[in-house]
Amino acid sequence: MTIGVFGTSVKRTEDPALIRGQGLFVDDIKRDNEAAAAFVRSPFAHAKITSIDKSAAEALPGVQAVYTADDVRSLGPLLAQVPIGKLRPLLADGVVKHVGEAVAMVVADNAATARDGADAVFVDYDPLKVVVDPEYAATNEALVHDDLESNIIHTWEEGDAEAVQALADREDTVVTSVKMVNQRLIPTAIEPRGVLAEWQHGYDRVTLHSTTQQPHAVAGALALTFGLPGVSSARVIAPEVGGGFGRGLNVYAEEMLAVFASRELGRPVRWIETRSEASKSTTHGRGWAATATIVSEPDGNFLAYSLVGVADMGAYSQNFSVAIPVLGQFTMPGQYKWDAIYWKMDCVHTHTPTVDAYRGAGRPETSFYVERAVDTAARDLGMDPIELRKKNFFQPEDFPAATLIGMSMDSGDYGGNLDVLVEKADIAGLRAMQETARAEGRYFGVGIATFVEACGLAPSGFADAGVSWAGYGLPSAFNESAVVRVHPDASVTVVTGTGPTGQGHETVWSQIASDRLGIPMERITVVHGDTKDTPMGIGTGGSRSAAVGGVAVAIAADRTKEKAAKVAAHLLEASEEDIVFADNGAHVAGSPDKNVPWTDIAATAYQPHKMPEGMEAGLDMTAFFDPSNLTWPYGSHVAVVEVDPETGDVELLKYVAVDDCGNIINPMIVGGQLHGGITQGIGQALLEAAVFDDEGTLITSTLTDYPIPTATDVPSFDLHKTTTPTDANPLGVKGIGEAGTIVSTPTIVNAVVDALSPLGIKHIEMPLRPRRVWEAMQEARA
Amino acid sequence: MYPREFDYVAPASLDEAFGALGDDSKVMSGGMSLLPLMKMRLFSPATVVDIGRIPGLDAIEDSGDHISVGALVRHADTATSDLIKANAAALATAASLTGDVQVRNRGTTCGSLAHADVAADQPAAVIALGATMFAQSASGTREIAASDFFVDAMTSALRSDEILTGIRFPKAGPGEGSAYDKLGRRGGRSDYAVAGVAAWVKKSNGSIEDARVAVTGVGTKPTLAAGVAEALIGSDGSDAAVKSAAEKAIDGITVLEDLYGSVEYKSHLAKVYVARAVKAALANAG
Repeated sequence: MTIGVFGTSVKRTEDPALIRGQGLFVDDIKRDNEAAAAFVRSPFAHAKITSIDKSAAEALPGVQAVYTADDVRSLGPLLAQVPIGKLRPLLADGVVKHVGEAVAMVVADNAATARDGADAVFVDYDPLKVVVDPEYAATNEALVHDDLESNIIHTWEEGDAEAVQALADREDTVVTSVKMVNQRLIPTAIEPRGVLAEWQHGYDRVTLHSTTQQPHAVAGALALTFGLPGVSSARVIAPEVGGGFGRGLNVYAEEMLAVFASRELGRPVRWIETRSEASKSTTHGRGWAATATIVSEPDGNFLAYSLVGVADMGAYSQNFSVAIPVLGQFTMPGQYKWDAIYWKMDCVHTHTPTVDAYRGAGRPETSFYVERAVDTAARDLGMDPIELRKKNFFQPEDFPAATLIGMSMDSGDYGGNLDVLVEKADIAGLRAMQETARAEGRYFGVGIATFVEACGLAPSGFADAGVSWAGYGLPSAFNESAVVRVHPDASVTVVTGTGPTGQGHETVWSQIASDRLGIPMERITVVHGDTKDTPMGIGTGGSRSAAVGGVAVAIAADRTKEKAAKVAAHLLEASEEDIVFADNGAHVAGSPDKNVPWTDIAATAYQPHKMPEGMEAGLDMTAFFDPSNLTWPYGSHVAVVEVDPETGDVELLKYVAVDDCGNIINPMIVGGQLHGGITQGIGQALLEAAVFDDEGTLITSTLTDYPIPTATDVPSFDLHKTTTPTDANPLGVKGIGEAGTIVSTPTIVNAVVDALSPLGIKHIEMPLRPRRVWEAMQEARA
Repeated sequence: MYPREFDYVAPASLDEAFGALGDDSKVMSGGMSLLPLMKMRLFSPATVVDIGRIPGLDAIEDSGDHISVGALVRHADTATSDLIKANAAALATAASLTGDVQVRNRGTTCGSLAHADVAADQPAAVIALGATMFAQSASGTREIAASDFFVDAMTSALRSDEILTGIRFPKAGPGEGSAYDKLGRRGGRSDYAVAGVAAWVKKSNGSIEDARVAVTGVGTKPTLAAGVAEALIGSDGSDAAVKSAAEKAIDGITVLEDLYGSVEYKSHLAKVYVARAVKAALANAG
């Protein structure tokens, strides 16, 4: 019996099924009389559709229907949560705006025939001028959508440009300015997207299984798109989902189209994305080009910081799109105190797939800029990058710390955390090794980056700040709900509005409920990802699940226990205030040997005649939690690299991290999030890039050309922690899902630049593949 | 992704397999390269002839002065065979660096050779080892020198009615050693070769008596770098001699640009890895 497990590394309750291949994913759920969909996708980035010939496809045995824009136009465009910019037509309507855009949907008796049908649809295109580069798009020399006046669909701006400039103009200040690209990435979850749509004729209800991270948003979009009586008529289920990373924090045209086809054909319709399709039809991440500028005094005192650039949105706005940069805005100043700040980010359309959330969503971008700029400033100032950081950090006594970007950071001891890194990683020893290596002509680098993250979205008011987040007809708010139901046999069902995609919520929510109720974990079942079970749920993203959804579980459990205490007091003929829960039951304080087991309490709670007079039966409580602030995890990481002087190949020798995510519920799961997150961030630094040619063709559309790091490509990371709880929620937990991804990217780049600094190299654009590093070395040596 | 419709046959003997082969058929052993191409519909044979169930093709055999590797020997077996490690380090290393763990457990050495990818590892090794390829058909067996086997990108000297039933290469004699090294697409030695080099050398009396060097990844096919061998033969094998010989790494090779390297970079890498592989081969030669 597992009680008292809060804060311990209990093994994941999800794993036995997943490891044995018994987990039920979308494609494991089968229905009678299923049909399968396949899509005809555009090979052009921008072209007029002059004709579509469906006849050969329609003539294929087994093909049930071929749909084009004419069939679905009346449903309107794909809804977005933040509907700013051009919305995506469900199927391209007369013109395509990116390679991979869906032009037609073929539905057949099985997936192979659907694919054959899609290959037999002949589309004639008349190519048009293509806009690929976001900086070029911002000039408006060519429009991505001729019915929009500008490619710039939104501009985020904060701070005081003149004040920054005035400080930069002061004769005694040092100005460090670096223009850098934070390249576009393709989220690569191990399970491709998939849907199974079942329209129930006669009831006009729909059930959709989907690989989503936010089932309630999908239900909202379905209700609006299909004119259902309400969200209660759309049941969306996210079963086991093999990874999200933000790509599931969206609503997709394929979800709407599969439901449409199911309605038209009266059959369940399945669509499972292929890997090479995923690279073009699922959202991308990052895609910024910006200039970071630091103004300092010669002694290293920071005065001002600005970040100005463009963020690529792709051809169509989807779920969050323009709202991704504002998540980055929250942490744009980093952990540093500035006298003046300025931030301006133009969100632009280009003829490319949609850009939206990708692990970190805005925060990896701004953290990359500030951390690369700080390292560059250290070099310009001739200062140690650790000392420079510590000199300018917010100090423990500054918290809650108000930033010039309008945020209030909850808690932190940034310098103390960095000190732990200096000790654990033996930075002094690493610098000595570097000195030896340099004397031998080797390029040995030690790169440090620190970060603060804004996560745990969010106090409800955030959803109405700046832009409305109500595009799916749902309340514009970011709270989360949970139900804790103690059954008559004292087993427990926890229902959550979060949408896990492998994070381990079942385990962690069980730990929370077990801790609160004093009922063993084995007796607790967590239900997630089904809109029929929860009144509302925002889903999983922005490292919010524990800090918002997990807290809702704790509150619902507390409420359930409050009622149980009344029942226990009645059974023990004692006062409710004297009831103590322990040993899988309850007793009166001071009399632990007279314990009423939970099974008796629960059974009693369902038998009104045995309950206190006037009390209603049941042990079932719902809670909503609306946090008082975002949470602000932070940390300090160091990477040790050696660059091959002949080839430019970067070898990662060592990686040490000290993270502070507040109180920890399950250290093993936190460690897992860090190992995965750090590796993903290393992917951006060293390997990954979505590359388009001038015609807008994605030339990295398979994993052969889009290399991602695997466990065998990285060393084992050395992880440490400090603990600064937050007061934004009663558990004191902050969030860890994105931390590794946010900071490992600048950590690696800082290390490589540090290694190559003897050559005078100040920056190399990511990914730092050997080719690019070698070219930079060649240029520097010339 | 679903391939186009095709016929699948799994013959129980080579004779049956030969009978199943036609103009539009393809032989499959591990399927690690063929199936992805078919699923992406880049390649759609009418018939797939799966030789995986034919007995007797999965052996690594010691035939005195030679070693033979059968058509169904998997990369993992090639990589871990003590016989191959001791006598043909270039091939063992190249096999150990092919694909990932899953691919190495499923894919075969001969399958990779017959597939003739421009950036595969093991083709360079068999060229450097001076291997003989056995192209068997209903009408008999052709013996093809490894250096003549790779014709162009994804094109080998195999005819459509032939199966690569095995390869054979000499065991390492006194003073002989080989090695393979590469830069991989995912950095280090991970993934396909951006540039990969296999070298075989024979030392005698303080100088290099014979050498063969093959380069993969940089051009349209794995190629014998004849100029390098010529420069090495008769030299003392010193670092300076190796470096000078490495300058001839791309003589006669048309270097192609791709995502992972410009012509200039890949040409440079070929030279770097020729030097590294030759030095390692010299070290292995004792």
